[in-house]
Amino acid sequence: MTTRLQVDHATIGYGDRSVIQDLDISVTDGSFTVIIGPNACGKSTLLRSMARLLKPTAGIVSLDGRNLEDMSSRAIARILGLLPQSAIAPDGIRVRDLVARGRFPHRGFLARNTPHDLEVIDQALEATGTTDLAYRLVDELSGGQRQRVWIAMVLAQETDLLLLDEPTTFLDIAHQIAVLNLCSKLHRGGSTVVAVLHDLNHACRYASHIVAMRDGRIVARGAPKDIIDADLVRDVFDLPAMVIDDPVTGTPLVIPTAT
Amino acid sequence: MTTPTTHATTTRTPKARGPRVIPVPTRLGGVLHLTVRKAIVTLVILLAAALVLVVSVGTGEVPIPAGRVIGALLGTGDAGDILVVRQWRLPRALVAVLLGASLGIGGAIFQSLTRNPLGSPDIIGFGTGSYTGALVVILFLGGSSLGTAGGALLGGILTAFAVYLLARTRGTGARAGLPGFRLIIVGIGVSAMLSAVNTWIILRAEVEDAMRVAIWGAGSLNGLSWSHVRLSAVAVLLIAVFATVLSERMHLLEMGDDLSTSLGIRTETTRILLIVVGISAVAVVASVAGPISFVALAAPQIARRLTHDSGVAIGPAALVGAFLLLGSDYIAQRIHPQTPLPVGVVTVSLGGAYLVWLLIHEGRKGRS
Repeated sequence: MTTRLQVDHATIGYGDRSVIQDLDISVTDGSFTVIIGPNACGKSTLLRSMARLLKPTAGIVSLDGRNLEDMSSRAIARILGLLPQSAIAPDGIRVRDLVARGRFPHRGFLARNTPHDLEVIDQALEATGTTDLAYRLVDELSGGQRQRVWIAMVLAQETDLLLLDEPTTFLDIAHQIAVLNLCSKLHRGGSTVVAVLHDLNHACRYASHIVAMRDGRIVARGAPKDIIDADLVRDVFDLPAMVIDDPVTGTPLVIPTAT
Repeated sequence: MTTPTTHATTTRTPKARGPRVIPVPTRLGGVLHLTVRKAIVTLVILLAAALVLVVSVGTGEVPIPAGRVIGALLGTGDAGDILVVRQWRLPRALVAVLLGASLGIGGAIFQSLTRNPLGSPDIIGFGTGSYTGALVVILFLGGSSLGTAGGALLGGILTAFAVYLLARTRGTGARAGLPGFRLIIVGIGVSAMLSAVNTWIILRAEVEDAMRVAIWGAGSLNGLSWSHVRLSAVAVLLIAVFATVLSERMHLLEMGDDLSTSLGIRTETTRILLIVVGISAVAVVASVAGPISFVALAAPQIARRLTHDSGVAIGPAALVGAFLLLGSDYIAQRIHPQTPLPVGVVTVSLGGAYLVWLLIHEGRKGRS
């Protein structure tokens, strides 16, 4: 199994405050890796450094064997797509125009959309079920629709490596499942997906690998069935819980026992 | 709290049709897609600007009817008309077009950077800064007109960078970068301080000097010649080229630093380049004509409402800016033909009304 993203002895933080110290992690090709952990444990920080938004103060982050710092931002953008938490939809933009912006790293100087660009944009809309919304204003969409549109924009970037920072936050349960099913579909289609999620049961159901973090360290990593048990939930979240088999998928199901 | 009325707007039937587009083949073999609306709006503004230009050039102590103005412009009129139209009046109108376009571009860039329709260079204090620069040159260095222009340029640029440095937040978190609202508030503060400095300088000056300074400070297109046209044309053309090259990056930057970085943009570099182009656009105007307010504020928003674009677009903003300044200058000349007003007075009056409307409108949007 080849490694796509590799973090080596990385110390990562904001200013003088390091959130993550001396951390190692690798993301293998074709995996669906979900990072879990309590608030402020460094999940998003780790994801941001994998996407070169944050430079590690020590250590190396490499993509397909090359140090991220040695690659141009544009070259990275053709391999790795990111959906950050902070994306802002410009006022009055239509869905298709927003999705088309994902083509930027592939476009030449001042060039317009080629037929190939338009084809990729249509496929991205199709894959996310937003074809019918193509000419709607992004402002008037529901939260779930909007999140699918953002994912379509990242898909239009035509990268087979996708990083998603809390893609289900602020969505209702049905929309959360819709977004996760979409991620799962992309994963089955061959994409490598890394996501930060808050819901442990979602992580167990969809992830091929889970990385459990606490206080900037990795507590456990592996397939959900291998690592998620009552001890881990207590160690990571300080939450007494029992873990049973999910009656639908057979994956671990975490049930808090504290009342 | 969601009210039933907001629900009504979201359940509007989805429009399955796309916007109509006209493919325009370009000489490089590509195809430029223009939406019909944008094309029509562009054409109408161009026609309106041409009309105002003809009327404006025909106005003055010796009125010339439109037909003869067009004749003179095309070089088929009589020699007297050609002299009046081409040598005396046309430079002023052309400078108005060029500087108006420049203001539109500058306004569009700053409104995009701040993601705020109030984020215009005149609100942020560049105009006041240019005035301070010009004052210092005129009063203390006995400024020539070239020196005054240089002083205005330098004053505006220094003010802009002071505002930029004060408004920039340190750190590398998700909130790092240049928060638009901060830039506006800091700009208003710096602008207020500089106005106080300006007043103090003028109060210490001799009466004649104070008069000269006040005339410069009103922003006027009086006494402009073909050399001004050539100078402005070169500067504005350069600014327009740089702005066009940067415009796609500018629009991506509006989506936040994280997302634009992940699309392969060097956000800080792009932002600084945009600021430099934006300041140059405004500084050129200040150095040729003095501070002309509100065109930069209003043009991008008017253009946006006309074209239904998402965000502010550089091209339409430049067109509307050109039309606004040309129109304002026509009003300035007509309102009291014996003693023409400086165009800056007209734009301030028109712009003041616009600003009040904008504040009320934005205030309502904020509350609902």
